[in-house]
Amino acid sequence: MSGLVPCATADTPVEPALPPGWELVVGLEVHVELDTATKLFCGCANQFGAQPNTNVCPTCLGLPGSLPVMNERAVELAMILGRALGCDVNRSVMARKNYFYPDMPKDFQTTQYDQPTNTDGRLELADGFVVGIERAHIEEDTGKSVHVGGGGRINEAVYSLVDYNRAGVPLIEIVSRPDIRTIEHARNYVEELRAIVAATEVSDARMEEGSIRVDANVSVRPHGSSELRTRCEIKNINSLRSLGRAIEHEALRHVDLWTTGSGPQQQTRHWDEAAGRTTPGRSKEDAEDYRYFQEPDLVPLEPTPAVIAAIDEALPTLPAARRAALREATGADADAARLLVERGQDSLAMAAAASGADAAKVVTRLVNDLAVDDWSAVDTESFAALIKMESNGELSASQAKVVLGDLVEQGGDPADHAARRGFEAMDSTELESLLDELIVVNPAEWSRLRGGDEVDRKKMQGFFTGQIMKATRGQADGRAVAQLLAQKSV
Amino acid sequence: MSALEIAAAVRSGERSALDVVEEHLTLIEARDPGLNAYNLVTAEGARAQAAAIDAAVSAGEPVGRFAGVPLATKDNMCTRGIPTTCSSRILEGWRPPYDATVVTRLREAGAVSVGKTNLDEFAMGSSTEHSAFGPTRNPHDPSRVPGGSSGGTAASVAAGFTPLGIGSDTGGSIRQPAAFCGVVGMKPTYGVVSRYGLVALASSLDQVGPFAANVADAAALFDVIAGHDPLDSTSIRDFEPTAQAVLEAGVDGLRVGVVKELAGGSGGVPGLAADVLARTAEAVEALAAAGAVVDEVSVPSSTLGLSAYYLVMPAEASSNLARYDGIRYGLRVDGATTAEMTTATRTAGFGTEVKRRIMLGTYALSAGYCDAFYGKALKVRTMMLEDFARVYERFDVLVTPTTPTTAFELGARTQDPLTMYVNDVCTIPSNLTGHPAISVPFGVGDDGMPVGVQVLAPASHDAQTFRVAAVLEAAA
Ligand SMILES: [Zn+2]
Repeated sequence: MSGLVPCATADTPVEPALPPGWELVVGLEVHVELDTATKLFCGCANQFGAQPNTNVCPTCLGLPGSLPVMNERAVELAMILGRALGCDVNRSVMARKNYFYPDMPKDFQTTQYDQPTNTDGRLELADGFVVGIERAHIEEDTGKSVHVGGGGRINEAVYSLVDYNRAGVPLIEIVSRPDIRTIEHARNYVEELRAIVAATEVSDARMEEGSIRVDANVSVRPHGSSELRTRCEIKNINSLRSLGRAIEHEALRHVDLWTTGSGPQQQTRHWDEAAGRTTPGRSKEDAEDYRYFQEPDLVPLEPTPAVIAAIDEALPTLPAARRAALREATGADADAARLLVERGQDSLAMAAAASGADAAKVVTRLVNDLAVDDWSAVDTESFAALIKMESNGELSASQAKVVLGDLVEQGGDPADHAARRGFEAMDSTELESLLDELIVVNPAEWSRLRGGDEVDRKKMQGFFTGQIMKATRGQADGRAVAQLLAQKSV
Repeated sequence: MSALEIAAAVRSGERSALDVVEEHLTLIEARDPGLNAYNLVTAEGARAQAAAIDAAVSAGEPVGRFAGVPLATKDNMCTRGIPTTCSSRILEGWRPPYDATVVTRLREAGAVSVGKTNLDEFAMGSSTEHSAFGPTRNPHDPSRVPGGSSGGTAASVAAGFTPLGIGSDTGGSIRQPAAFCGVVGMKPTYGVVSRYGLVALASSLDQVGPFAANVADAAALFDVIAGHDPLDSTSIRDFEPTAQAVLEAGVDGLRVGVVKELAGGSGGVPGLAADVLARTAEAVEALAAAGAVVDEVSVPSSTLGLSAYYLVMPAEASSNLARYDGIRYGLRVDGATTAEMTTATRTAGFGTEVKRRIMLGTYALSAGYCDAFYGKALKVRTMMLEDFARVYERFDVLVTPTTPTTAFELGARTQDPLTMYVNDVCTIPSNLTGHPAISVPFGVGDDGMPVGVQVLAPASHDAQTFRVAAVLEAAA
């Protein structure tokens, strides 16, 4: 299951129980796999799930004598995401990050260092909170190791297998500023980034396939302070749920260490989902010296102003702007706007409202009753017509819901579906005569409704409503029935 | 017979390519055991290719510019299915699954590679003594080194094993052995010849180039291997090789600068031998006699080249050679952990000089030292580019000795790396600037060993170096 479901479920506390007086400081590093046909430096397919070591060539295996050739589409996608995040797109150079690792064929990673493609952007969350983006740079992915025996740990394994299919897959790493103060915002940030990535079609953004990976830089400080205290980088976070848990655990650990001693050590830590805690990785003292230097096998990337202008021109409307437009057009609240934009139903909502359907009903109907994957059969016209039928009493709320289901499955005209199902408008005189018959048959119940105590009245309201619904096979409008009962019983 | 003469004879059917190849293989078989120019002789492949060329000739099909010409290929150029060792134990057993672009182009031109030639391990050295497979000897005097790192190719051409050879030049590795062995060797402008399939030493300095016994053959070889390659991102687009076309142009009116710092005067680079300087001066006189306008010129930063080079080169090498970790190919010495295995593999697989440069380069790039070492070296590089740009406003070409001395005795410099490094002092500036330079034989030293004179030109003016070399060759 994707971790990217709306958060704040019961088992994920919204806020860490940080003791009073402490503030959380979080910056996120998000790796996104770019959705290119081929890898960053060679012609091998960028494809998830292929047989191990089938999408490889001399270049992505780092064979002696091989050379990289920059994938121009990857650079373009990186610049598109950069502009979508409001970044400056710069002249940039690739750099080598040198360290030994078995799943890194050249034993250096080709990435960007002091001259990244994108710098100084911002990301606005659904509630209006803004997180600064320090940089969004291009780099290559590594292969994947499988350690066999010894509990799957590299140093205890009997042997290890390496799959280089992922080696050289293009990534963009988006580094936020340490602006995030709550777990909810950390999750919202990733959700929003994912929405932007999806809107710009830069990546398929599937966390479960590893096409989005999140590392969190966590520290704490006394409330009101502006200092940045020692941080730890938490890796191996595989879902939004883990993100919240990992940040909470780490923040509490820091508070504890500051309270009882001189605070945490700067280090990389790994989130252990099963144990619900972080465990130490490399500390600053034995951290690798990456010996960055400019990649001599590649030339600088120098986008012209015209290229950047063309990217800006082609940018789709981004989620934040779509939410604002939807709220403006329909009066939807923040949650509804977020949800509908996430589902891509905002244009349907706005078009239906624009064609005269009641905006509030449009939003309610979509939020409650169109939480399905495929709603492509629902066109604006028939959806607007459905809402109008509901508004003018031709259909009850529950009937409208049923007809919407028909539209999802078959498309077509809502009036036809209503007719086929025998949903006919029931005017108040029909309802009234039906009630009159029921009163005659159930005189005792009726007098309890009129003269009984609160509990009795409620109970009998339910009884008569149920009888009416039964007689009309559910077609009566619940509100109209309630209104009628109230009038009659006075 | 020159390469061009052989090719003409093969094309016309006057000679069979197979006979030509057989004749050269026989020579190699007889004499190479004493020289050790070859790590591997690919006799069967060469015969098969020669037979195919002969068949094409009889069928009236087109054959290339070098049809049937034997070629020596430095053993750091990838050859599909044929071991490519870089004269290192660490690549033991590795057969590349692909050909270097230069290898492909030469095969398409009909040149017949007869084998892979010895070099200093990973092209790190100036004598071909740092080879895991033993040193190569100088055909003019087997007690002396052939130079390096392309010593095997230089020796092959000098011994007449092959009319043509391919080498690589990172700090002088084509020109210095060419000078020591009395043949023509040329380093093209950076980006003119594809590096795809050249096992990297220092990527921003490496360049593949031609060896030949004479200037015309070298020019023809250059024209075949030069040109854009989409597989090499640093390859220059739209470069038109025109070396052969200018060979007869002469030097009348050409502005020739003699680099003061490399001419033995005070304030210049020390250690340049009198006989080498004398031959260089005679070469300059010959150019003046042929109508060139000669003047002395100062290129102050040229004295800084050696120290800048010995930071940039090892820095890049330390990164390029990281991949020899025992995991995917080549040698593997087992260890308890991955790190121990990699350490054991590299300890056993690399020779002393390679380890020295990896350590130098790792240090030069380390946090806290990078600005003082690697950063400063890059500044020198920029300074040199500016210096040479200024000089080339007034001069078309520059002339210097190729090497400080003639070929030295085997073992004479292996104990002190610094005396070995000094060998590259005249050749290094062209690698740091990326400019073209050629070494052409010009007489002999007091010891009777060949002397090479170097001609330098601005970027992309590669043809200019051949033009001047042709005049020097005629006057030598
Ligand atoms: Zn590949």
